[in-house]
Amino acid sequence: MTDVLHELLRGSLDHCVKCTICETACPVSNVTPLFPGPKYEGPQAERYRVQGEPSVDASVDYCSGCGICTQVCPQGVKIAELNAHARHDMKREGGVPLRDRIVARPAVLGRLGTPVAPIANRTLRSRPLRVLAEKALGVHRKAPVPRFAGRTFRRFAERHRSPAAARRAVFFHGCGTQYYEPDVGEKVVAILEHNGFEVVIPKQDCCGLPLQSNGLFDDARGYVTRLARALAPHAADDSVIVGNATSCTLMLKREAREILGLEDDPDLQLVSERTYDVCELLLELHDQGELRTDFEPVEEVVAYHAPCQQQGHFIGKPALELLELIPELRVVEMDARCCGIAGTYGLKREKYEIAMAVGADLFAQVRAADVDLVACDSETCRWQIEHCTEAPSVHPIELLHRAYGL
Amino acid sequence: MRRELHYDVVVIGAGVAGLTSAARLAEGGARVCVLAKGVGSTHLAPGTVDVLGYDPDRVAEPGRALPSFVEAHPGHPYALLGTEAIASALEWFRARVADGPQDGYGYVGGLERNRLLPTAVGAARPSALVPETMAAGELDAGGEVCVVGFRALRDFHASYLAANVGGRALEAEVDVGRVEANALGIARRFEEKEFRSAFVDRVGPRLREGERLAMPAVLGLRDPHGVWAELEQRLGRPIFEVPTLPPSVPGMRVFDLLRAALRRAGGRLVMGAEVTGAEAEGERITGVRAHTSGGDTVYRARRVVLATGGFASGGLQLDADWVARETVLGLALRDAPAPSEERFKPEYFGEQPMARAGVAVDARLRPPGVRGVLVVGAALAGAEPWREGSGEGIALSSGHRAAELLLAEAGAGKAPAPSEATA
Repeated sequence: MTDVLHELLRGSLDHCVKCTICETACPVSNVTPLFPGPKYEGPQAERYRVQGEPSVDASVDYCSGCGICTQVCPQGVKIAELNAHARHDMKREGGVPLRDRIVARPAVLGRLGTPVAPIANRTLRSRPLRVLAEKALGVHRKAPVPRFAGRTFRRFAERHRSPAAARRAVFFHGCGTQYYEPDVGEKVVAILEHNGFEVVIPKQDCCGLPLQSNGLFDDARGYVTRLARALAPHAADDSVIVGNATSCTLMLKREAREILGLEDDPDLQLVSERTYDVCELLLELHDQGELRTDFEPVEEVVAYHAPCQQQGHFIGKPALELLELIPELRVVEMDARCCGIAGTYGLKREKYEIAMAVGADLFAQVRAADVDLVACDSETCRWQIEHCTEAPSVHPIELLHRAYGL
Repeated sequence: MRRELHYDVVVIGAGVAGLTSAARLAEGGARVCVLAKGVGSTHLAPGTVDVLGYDPDRVAEPGRALPSFVEAHPGHPYALLGTEAIASALEWFRARVADGPQDGYGYVGGLERNRLLPTAVGAARPSALVPETMAAGELDAGGEVCVVGFRALRDFHASYLAANVGGRALEAEVDVGRVEANALGIARRFEEKEFRSAFVDRVGPRLREGERLAMPAVLGLRDPHGVWAELEQRLGRPIFEVPTLPPSVPGMRVFDLLRAALRRAGGRLVMGAEVTGAEAEGERITGVRAHTSGGDTVYRARRVVLATGGFASGGLQLDADWVARETVLGLALRDAPAPSEERFKPEYFGEQPMARAGVAVDARLRPPGVRGVLVVGAALAGAEPWREGSGEGIALSSGHRAAELLLAEAGAGKAPAPSEATA
């Protein structure tokens, strides 16, 4: 972290007028007294934090890093970012549990699990082994874990030849697509090609977001700068970079720069400016009259939940508007803030119940809406929603893919 | 790709003025997008609609007082709007409450008379339109009042309020689950049936025959009507909410219902998108630049409604050189003292020289020097809402009026041709 960055973040706290708007929006402090809330933990406690001196408050570890406080603050205080730094400092002082080092490396886990997917999937769902993992590592026995696909998206990418087209998109697919949901990646490629893009898929690794949210800033910097180097050369002309993992695209767009202090990295700067969330890109195409709307009717009722990190793009809810273009599809917008999982937060033994309480409002809304499906832009949120509501959850892109009949 | 989107109207700000304007425009068929840096002042406001409380003495009948008030204050936003437009804005709002997500929740009142409701310290606040859950709090209604407080809610002192309104105070003695809670935390508990039962069991036996019950405004966020009606029925007496310090639950209900009206009509809301500047062709504003993660997005629009608020919201700013200006478009302010003149007076609640500073507009809410822009709400010059008791009235009626003006313009076939509209 650069001192300049830290000073900018700290400078923002003087704009806090203690209006409590962040407190009304914080999903965590509204369900547990263990986290005293973003105003208290952010601009107030920050005044007592001195570099080189011990952390003042261990409760900052209970911040899930969802970022909603920063989004709703009418005064522009970088509350979530201040808390991310405080969490990093505290973990540097007190040490990072092995568990956090493991769950923060989805790419490593993916590489290990993919070749032995059937065994790995059974292991992750074996109750005795999960109890053991909870005791030994602190990963909650009931926490939702994804299913290894047994094949990587990379394998598809290497075989796939995208037809030459007037526009080019560089596809950033993230670890979720690579190891768990390669079919979602294939659908993104098909939709982009259907809409006149040639799709380039560079070899790529994790964006480092889980490391960053677990306070492992140095490791996260390594990952995100490597990713930026992998993507940047392909985006040097007019190409856009498109991602389907909304929290990972947010990492590239903003969090790596604002939280990890990589403002001056030229590759990251280019990548940050060129990166689009896939629904954001498609909505802009639609705005320009260039999105193909040859949709077939989909006679279903779908609940749409915009994940916290998607809201952190500051682009509204483009997926909602895209889904509304599909004939016969009835979309019910969920009005709850957060599903609770926040990446790796809800996996942790001491935080699982909090995450479930955070998501309770959303889960109740999903059940009450009596829907066929839930659409949500983030994979960890989808896994959490499925875990808690048993409603099948898909990326909005999957509904568009179905409607296109591709 | 350029990160550029097109709308008929972009509204900047998600307070009462901005959301009202946007929702009404969307209902009228306009493609609308609201851009907001964050949540607006709804969460800090009491949830009542105060139209005109003081002129300078307390006003009993705002509808009758308005004509002479605007005559005496020709530069006031109400002078540009007129009583009829204020009344129709209030009517529109009442209907949106009725259609809103809070089933059965309603507002009572209008311009006929002000209701004197207690603030959290027991001062009288004159309001024209009030939530049904507050209506039984009229200070001149007579009878006994019992104020119930919650130990965990440290911003609301039942005994203080009781002493000032001549009532008595009780501590609810229910476990809210925390040592310290804000109004929202307690409101969420009141949405649970068991908690309501516990409250009724603990408080009911200690109430006296004929007492009205005053409570901090914590009777639920999503279903205030249900919570309030159930408690009134079970405790067998009128109950009224008293607005609290922020976060204000009744204010959050207003945000929720206006946002729902906007969504129902197909309007868009983008939160966290601070507008940093404008795109212009000559004097005509053709769009605004908003902060988006990764880079700015340009929102092109035929018209821009500026609803960014006053000094407290950052819509207006007094800089280090003592120059006051509007912050998004850099519009000049009227009624701001010159750098050499006196800006503040020692009496805190006295008439402050800076108080009426704001953007001057014509009768169609257009500021001078730019075209394609309408200004609404607390950014307008000429008002002193905290002395007049007029803040929500100005926000609601100017927001509504801007929408009506733009819809009429579009209906007359003028809006699509930008060159004609501000002639």
